[in-house]
Amino acid sequence: MSEKLVFRFDVSGNDFTSAGQASVQVKKNLRQLGFDNEIIRRVSIAMYEGEINMVIHAGGGVAEVHVCEEYIEIILDDHGPGIKDIEKAMQAGYSTASETIRSLGFGAGMGLPNMKKNSDEMKITSEVGVGTRIVMKINCKGTNE
Amino acid sequence: MTVYEHSVLLDESKCTGCTTCIKHCPTEAIRIKNGHAVIDSERCIDCGECIRYCPHQAKRAVCGTISNMDRFKWKIALPAPSLYGQFDNLEDLNHVIDGLYKIGFDDVYEVAKAAELVSAYTRIYLQTEGVAKPVISSACPVVMRLISLRFPSLADNIIHMLPPMEVAAKFARRRALEKHPELKDEDIGVCFISPCPAKASYVKNGFGDYKSAVDEVISIKDVYFLLIGKMSQDNNIDFLSETGRIGIGWARSGGEATAIFNENYLAADGIENVIHVLDLVETGNIPPLEFIELNACTGGCVGGVLTVQNPFIAKARLQTLRRYLPISQNTLLPEEQNYISADYLFEDLPNYKPITRLGNSLAESMRMMADIQKLKSTLPGIDCGACGAPTCRAFAEDVVKNNARLEDCRIMKTAAEQDSKDSL
Repeated sequence: MSEKLVFRFDVSGNDFTSAGQASVQVKKNLRQLGFDNEIIRRVSIAMYEGEINMVIHAGGGVAEVHVCEEYIEIILDDHGPGIKDIEKAMQAGYSTASETIRSLGFGAGMGLPNMKKNSDEMKITSEVGVGTRIVMKINCKGTNE
Repeated sequence: MTVYEHSVLLDESKCTGCTTCIKHCPTEAIRIKNGHAVIDSERCIDCGECIRYCPHQAKRAVCGTISNMDRFKWKIALPAPSLYGQFDNLEDLNHVIDGLYKIGFDDVYEVAKAAELVSAYTRIYLQTEGVAKPVISSACPVVMRLISLRFPSLADNIIHMLPPMEVAAKFARRRALEKHPELKDEDIGVCFISPCPAKASYVKNGFGDYKSAVDEVISIKDVYFLLIGKMSQDNNIDFLSETGRIGIGWARSGGEATAIFNENYLAADGIENVIHVLDLVETGNIPPLEFIELNACTGGCVGGVLTVQNPFIAKARLQTLRRYLPISQNTLLPEEQNYISADYLFEDLPNYKPITRLGNSLAESMRMMADIQKLKSTLPGIDCGACGAPTCRAFAEDVVKNNARLEDCRIMKTAAEQDSKDSL
């Protein structure tokens, strides 16, 4: 088991202009490390969606990316309203985003499904009124030289 | 592996070692070493930003001169569409073309003409089944190099259509051989009149396995001064131009994209904006689009560093010039619309070179990244550039890669000296 690298980002809430910066930085880092392009693509999409979700629903939060040779783990923590019905939230097209946010082109209800699609494992723990933690794992075994 | 030949060079005698260029280089390819700038050839994308920003004119583009054309019996000029926007009070494009004949060219083949044909085929290309959308334009050589170095996952989206300059060069050569069967291929010289140094690099290096059909690249600046002396004021001038609005439109950002006749397009210009858009495309966060036009220079090719006129004034001039022109003077015959002729296509993209990779293996890179993170947290974080690197982060990378020494950080050095003084 190799040593883990940790990248930590503070995601500020309701700031759409800088939303997505963390995923761009993660992408750069993974490229410097020499990960496979497909892995980088999946991580940056999963990360981007997670980041946007934190901005839209939770007023920001903290994103951590744990990197080792075997896998990459994205951990998103927020102190937002929490998800009432996780199963429902996972359905494509389901969204609780406000009209204002939808008018900006976000809130299509594809965030969580997209995150699941691009990760090998995804765990959501959420408590209404307390916050949400999402852990996504992307396995890298066999994809690097 | 062959070395990439760049067209942006440094004049060491003029460089004062100020930090302007390192701050503006979009790929962080420049460092100040021993008092002057050093360009990392692997990272440089020939965008010309350093030429634009250097307060001492120490960066310059390496282009050919018109006398280089003397070695050819039959000299052909390929004026870039942006050339037409350079002249004050120009009412008619034909004066520019007439001027090119007067300065010694035997034939003029407008790149704008080829651009109209490329636009016509792009419309067919977009309807081809199996094409990865959004299709990204291949016209700006800076963007092509940027994608191959930094956005490898988007390489499949690049249109496999040659830029208008190349199509023009091929057809110009063919026209010369048809008109003058006595000429041999080596007698014919094709000279592109360019708004930017990146085109010169494209011609020198080719693109993947494709070898350019252009022989010389001369800057618009150089040709401009030759032309204004020779251009006539006479209003009774022959119809020489073979281009319409679409061809001229390619000179500015959005011109190529609007010519696909489909509203689902995006056009971005300016290197920072281009990088931002590519990041968004890579994370899949864009609306469904058919076509993306990207120009490294602000305003499009009119913003190239080898032009004379301010890009926005050039754009305004082009609008006036376009006013009475037909939409396009180059359309495809019905039988030409069935498939895209091989004249317009290139096969393979250049191989992706992972330039930013830190170490030789994942494990080594991980160790280096950990060291970079550790070191960066101890640096002042003000990105002053005095060490010669654009940011503290870049400096930390340089130190870990053994390309810089920690003592190069002036602030840390001063603090250490102060400490040792205090402890005395």
